[in-house]
Amino acid sequence: MNRAAVYVLWLREMKRFIRAKSRIAGALAMPLFFLAFLGIGFKRISVPGMSGQVDYIQFLVPGILGMSLLFSSTFGGLSVLWDKEFGFLKEIMVAPVKRIFIVVGRITGGVTTGMIQSVLILGVSLLMGFRIPSVFTLLLAFLFMFLISVTFIGLGLIFASRMKDIQGFSIVMNFVIFPLFFLSGALYPLENFPFWLRYISYLDPLTYGVDGLRAALLGFSSYSSIFDLVMMLAFSSLMVFLGAYFFEKSETV
Amino acid sequence: MKDYAIKVHKLTRKFNGLTAVDSISFTVPNGELFGLLGPNGAGKTTTINMLSTLLSTTSGQAELAGFDVSKHRDEVRQNIGVVFQEPALDTKLTGKENLEFHAMMYGMGKKERKERVQEVLRLVDLTEKAGVLVENYSGGMKRRLEIARGLVHRPKVLFLDEPTLGLDIQTRRYIWDYVKRLNQENEVTIVLTTHYMEEADFLCERIAIMDYGKFVAMDSPDKLKNILGGDVVSLELEGDVQDVMSRMKELSWIHTVTLHGEVLSLTMESGERKIPQLINMAQQNGAQVSCVHLRKPSLDDVFLHYTGRSIRDQEATQIEKNRQSLRGRMGRRR
Repeated sequence: MNRAAVYVLWLREMKRFIRAKSRIAGALAMPLFFLAFLGIGFKRISVPGMSGQVDYIQFLVPGILGMSLLFSSTFGGLSVLWDKEFGFLKEIMVAPVKRIFIVVGRITGGVTTGMIQSVLILGVSLLMGFRIPSVFTLLLAFLFMFLISVTFIGLGLIFASRMKDIQGFSIVMNFVIFPLFFLSGALYPLENFPFWLRYISYLDPLTYGVDGLRAALLGFSSYSSIFDLVMMLAFSSLMVFLGAYFFEKSETV
Repeated sequence: MKDYAIKVHKLTRKFNGLTAVDSISFTVPNGELFGLLGPNGAGKTTTINMLSTLLSTTSGQAELAGFDVSKHRDEVRQNIGVVFQEPALDTKLTGKENLEFHAMMYGMGKKERKERVQEVLRLVDLTEKAGVLVENYSGGMKRRLEIARGLVHRPKVLFLDEPTLGLDIQTRRYIWDYVKRLNQENEVTIVLTTHYMEEADFLCERIAIMDYGKFVAMDSPDKLKNILGGDVVSLELEGDVQDVMSRMKELSWIHTVTLHGEVLSLTMESGERKIPQLINMAQQNGAQVSCVHLRKPSLDDVFLHYTGRSIRDQEATQIEKNRQSLRGRMGRRR
């Protein structure tokens, strides 16, 4: 019974995703613009701390993938608030389904849409001259993308459960999502940060996510891919646990 | 099978010290159409939310189809259907998809699901619109779809929270017919909340009048109205009012006599047949009748009798409030 519930929650996300053409375009536009303009604009620049053989566009692609996943996944978790606003959350909550399966359904839906967007971005970056070393590294990259997505859906769920309506949305956007993005080193190597800022960036899950993606796709990273993987596993488990906990505790009405 | 679909004992819910539902107790037998009538803010929706497991109880017990709402939430959920006050549809899905979503959440198998979805669509005459996105539905169609959805998993109890709020008179009539038919043909117990007197009067077999979180009266609409002692005939008199009044007080078929200035109010059964007699009697006692008014008692009078206030006064202020909050919301969404 609960397997059907997870499936149908996932199915609903897919249908909504496919039908919202403008939303897909909107979600893809920002990362692609970042990729295109930063990639072209900084093409000849050598950033201190970046290894000499790596083009800026090579360096940028994993960061933009991380950014796209950060935004789409956090919004995916926060989308509970839209369901609350439009009343549909009550229909979900009054069904005889254990709350944890509702969370799992939302995560599977959000991860799928996030991964689809990432694959599209990766496809465009291939056209822009990005090269993927091997199939194995691609699979490792997908694993990192999956973990980044799960982590931030969990984060979105935590905020969604603590907020009454979508009023606080822009606060989360400006004071949580953007700082996480800039602290992660998606656009520049963190080696250039002063040491106190680096310590803060150690708390940002996306730091390890983007670094892991670079390890997989470029073979060049600040930490080892194993360390990044362990950190991402820890962060994603923690966020899912907290997200499910707060979601369970929140009252729908 | 249990005799009672719902058993509630001293159910209470407090919000930060404010008591929304104050120790209410009642039972609803299987198959009954039971109404909760009261002004906005009386605690009707809070009661429904507790009975449908969406809100935890502060104290007291409630049993649905034999299951405790605090301890056996999933069993209760399986046995109830809820149509919420505010629409709870996914407007980006079609009508049919909304129903299928529901059926799968309630663990129905594929074959049963397909059949049942068609069945409930027919029940509310939406078969032809099943493939249309809900965002293109009218208010009445959305309501019908929600009622159909509440029935998909064959619940024992169906909750309808203000099912006709914001609908026009004609659509309201349609919904009433559906609800009545559902109750009769499907043997489902229905609990309905409303602040429309006519709705409660027309639909419900039994009504609980709710005010400030408490039940102030509970009975069938007819019995509640009979408490008031029948029709009210008001005579506006010119001349010797006192004489007429003492004469009328002698008559056994007049239940009560009260005088407000020049207006004599009398209560009696079938007032329309007694008016000619009353006019004659006034003239014989030296008074002229300048105006006659007959009023059949309504649930409004019953409400007034029990709470000392009219439900309509409160409704007016509430509508104004709703408008303001709606405006606020629209502004936000742009």
